[in-house]
Amino acid sequence: MKEWFNHWLDGDLDVMENILDAAEVPDRPREELKEQNRRFRDEVYQRNEAKGALEAGQKGFYALYTVVGIVSCVLLIGVLLFTVANLPEYGHENPRTVEVVRRYIEQGVQETGAVNVVAGMILDYRAFDTLGESHVLFTALICVMILLARDSKNMRTEYEDYFTIREDAYFDISKDSIIRRVGYVILPSIFLFGIYILLNGQISPGGGFSGGAVMGASLIMFAAAFGFGPVDTFLPGQRIRWIAFTALSFYSFAKGYVFFTGANHLENHIPKGTPGAILSGGLILPLDIAVGMVVACTMFGFFSLFKRGSIGSD
Amino acid sequence: MELLTVFRCILLVLLIVCAIAVNVTRNLLQAVVIFMSYSSIMCIVWILLESPDLAVTEAAVGAGISGTLFLMTLKKIRADDADRTIRHSAEEDQQTDPKDP
Repeated sequence: MKEWFNHWLDGDLDVMENILDAAEVPDRPREELKEQNRRFRDEVYQRNEAKGALEAGQKGFYALYTVVGIVSCVLLIGVLLFTVANLPEYGHENPRTVEVVRRYIEQGVQETGAVNVVAGMILDYRAFDTLGESHVLFTALICVMILLARDSKNMRTEYEDYFTIREDAYFDISKDSIIRRVGYVILPSIFLFGIYILLNGQISPGGGFSGGAVMGASLIMFAAAFGFGPVDTFLPGQRIRWIAFTALSFYSFAKGYVFFTGANHLENHIPKGTPGAILSGGLILPLDIAVGMVVACTMFGFFSLFKRGSIGSD
Repeated sequence: MELLTVFRCILLVLLIVCAIAVNVTRNLLQAVVIFMSYSSIMCIVWILLESPDLAVTEAAVGAGISGTLFLMTLKKIRADDADRTIRHSAEEDQQTDPKDP
């Protein structure tokens, strides 16, 4: 058993290899890559003193690694099981939290104007939380931009640039007729579904995050099936940045206004509307749209940065 | 037993199987595919737990976008065949080691 585990740890043994076997297709760029890897490895292994130190270090590290791994696994399992054992039973009330929950369920519709209590919670009672989430997404986009943006300052050599472009062209799937045809058929429905979820956040399950994620996924699929050209015509990089910036600022200002005027039982000037109508819930619908725009732009920005190193065509 | 209970049990067992398999496999591409199937099963579990909004998000983000990003990362770091390459070269070394008759 221990030997088997060590084999697995070293990478000699693949348990799933016989269960799932992906066919390996040799192609020219990959063969060149393999040749490069081989040369690099030979260069490293020619330094014998480095090799001895490496092996000694590896042995000690593996012993420590095994012990620490087992101990932390057992600890984590214990903590999680203890927590689960102390959770209230499914469907039963926990006396410590039932006060807040009862308030949300019984008076949520009157107080927020949204039939969907979840939307009322995350965009009215706890809107500050959602504001933080949107900013986390925006920060993540900025971090990915710092790491992956491809410009003259960020590329190390001309060779790397040339190699990446050639490799991207080799693995480009947007010429595939099956993907294009499927895209023609299902892409409009997916995008419309995203807009539907986004606009009906206050009266049916869904809301800003779900709708934005679906819209972002359909944008990604659009770019994957038809290339970046068509997406760039209606969503240039400048416009994506402006949409995300405007949506986040709108969210911050609108919610800040409500916090300052509506908190502490002061009067709230924003009309609630009829619960159940599409224009209801006060600020929930505009905030939903803002969150959805941020999420959709962020998701597409991730894909675009990973794929070609820039958000738009610029 | 009720049919829905059986279905729930099957889903939960599949979740555990996926969670273990994604740790056990050494092939990163297979790991990503198993992770995406984990998210798809989790999406059905969210529906059974009566939270359809989370199910939509899980399907779009967990099974769709993060899987795509993982696959593109694998291509970027060339990990889909680097592991295999190093292993193959190590086998060749062992076969053609001059010290070992």
